[in-house]
Amino acid sequence: MKKFLGFVKKEFYHIFRDPRTLLVLFGIPIAQVLIFGYVVTTEIKNIRIAILDQSKDDVTREITQKIISSGYFELQQNLESSEYFEDIFKTGDVKEIIVFEPDFAKKLGKNETAKMQLIADASDANTANLIVNYTSAIIGDYVQKENKLLNIPMQIKPVVRMVFNEKLKSVYMFVPGTMALILMLVSAMMTSISIAREKEMGTMEILLVSPLKPAQIIIGKVIPYVSLAFINAITIIALGYFVFGMPINGSLTLLMAESLLFICLALSLGILISTIANTQQMAMFISLFALMLPTILLSGFIFPIENMPVILQGISYLMPPKYFIIIIKNIMLKGTGFIFVWKETLILMAMMMVFIGLSVKNFKIRLQ
Amino acid sequence: MTDKPIIKVVNLVKKFGNFVANDHLNFNVYEGEIFGFLGANGAGKTTAIRILCGLSHPTSGELEVAGFDVYKQSEQIKKNIGYMSQKFSLYENLTLRENIRFYAGIYGLSKKEINIRMDNLLENLHIGHLRDQLIGSLPLGWKQKLAFSVAIFHQPKIVFLDEPTGGVDPITRRQFWDMIYQAAKDGITIFVTTHYMDEAEYCDRVSIMVDGRIEALDSPAGLKQHYHAENMDEVFLKLARAS
Repeated sequence: MKKFLGFVKKEFYHIFRDPRTLLVLFGIPIAQVLIFGYVVTTEIKNIRIAILDQSKDDVTREITQKIISSGYFELQQNLESSEYFEDIFKTGDVKEIIVFEPDFAKKLGKNETAKMQLIADASDANTANLIVNYTSAIIGDYVQKENKLLNIPMQIKPVVRMVFNEKLKSVYMFVPGTMALILMLVSAMMTSISIAREKEMGTMEILLVSPLKPAQIIIGKVIPYVSLAFINAITIIALGYFVFGMPINGSLTLLMAESLLFICLALSLGILISTIANTQQMAMFISLFALMLPTILLSGFIFPIENMPVILQGISYLMPPKYFIIIIKNIMLKGTGFIFVWKETLILMAMMMVFIGLSVKNFKIRLQ
Repeated sequence: MTDKPIIKVVNLVKKFGNFVANDHLNFNVYEGEIFGFLGANGAGKTTAIRILCGLSHPTSGELEVAGFDVYKQSEQIKKNIGYMSQKFSLYENLTLRENIRFYAGIYGLSKKEINIRMDNLLENLHIGHLRDQLIGSLPLGWKQKLAFSVAIFHQPKIVFLDEPTGGVDPITRRQFWDMIYQAAKDGITIFVTTHYMDEAEYCDRVSIMVDGRIEALDSPAGLKQHYHAENMDEVFLKLARAS
């Protein structure tokens, strides 16, 4: 046991004396949460629009006023003719143009259909979609209120509620994803690099010749990263909670326990990588390509898995972060207990066993 | 040097697939001797040394190290041997003292024991002032010498040195061999591989490996006489060409 503690101590020396390791361990997680929280966002705010009002009556003015005062849009310019639409988009200043046809109010008054046109810059398709949806919603809202005044007998009014994330805050999406990403990075990449470093330096052989058992060596190397990754998990949850208002509706203990499970899973992956990689560089490449990219792309972190081609959907079932993200969202947003996440938990545990088993097998082959 | 064998190897065979790295090796190493293990690159030296240290498993053969069976008692063997490879240096971002504490610690030495031996070591090498320096800031020659000191810090019965002087300048090499002699005088059996033939002259007995087999095993003087050679270089070339 004393031997083992000495080993863990030595590992901490390595970590705290290497500025680059420290940066990856503590700088990147915080930076990533803040970046994802503030910069990457699926909400729209202050989108600049232009309006071509060919009618200029009370109704068009009222609608314009409603759109601008919503907070989502900002009137950049009033257009006089429809000739320059493309040029306006090309400058990039304006994302949407709203056109009212002539005699807008008059047509409405006669119970005819008045037409307006929404033209969006779809070079950024997602944003264009969002902008158009928001605009339509505002107009729909206006029409409904007017209808009430006119007392039209038949109308259907869907009342929409976005449960678990009423305001559709993107932070709710990014905190779980970032957490999965960072725990993966810290645990898997850092351990695989640090084990590969021992191999590269030749110190691994010395350790293997010593009375330390291989399991002790690996666990000794892993423990510091478990504790540091755990601190990271707490930091991310705290940042999400205090800075971005991400709720923790479920049990904090369960959340921590699941995080710990995911950390151990990532570490076992890191160990597996280190049995394959003989140099730090190789360990880093494998970690980046085999772990980071799939975590970002295939875990449902940013892109919905349901929209992917069937093959990629299939692959996504093999991605540990996918399950972790489901678990965290369940606990933090839906406030569910273990009963609702036991399947995912079991899958993560099984994956961890497989990775550990493979590592042990690889390790034995290397000794042959 | 006594005539009590501390390493016994009988018919050691190691195969990697179809490739035979060690082809029926037979030799004894006696307590307290400096045993040189010579051969060209790829002759199978490192394979054999790795097997003796427990880093690799033999395909067949009977092996005993420090009185323990390689197959069944590898734990006891590990406590009684030291090992240093050409690649090995101490941890760069640990100080000299931390390195010694760490390595001595994993061999289960007590803190008190470690401190006494460390003071002796630093005094003998006149490097007390380097105690709290990071290893990374020391010159290569010192690193190698310190690595050797650490490899024998737990006073093993045998120390295995796999090309310990690779990449080191001649003066440091000479100093390194002085340390080896001192260790041998203190009763540690030295098992050393090298491809510097001048270093072979420093050994009590030398075995020469060619293509996985031991072609010759005797004292340097005996070998030179037998092969009518001026020096070990000639002995080696004659053996290597004959195969």
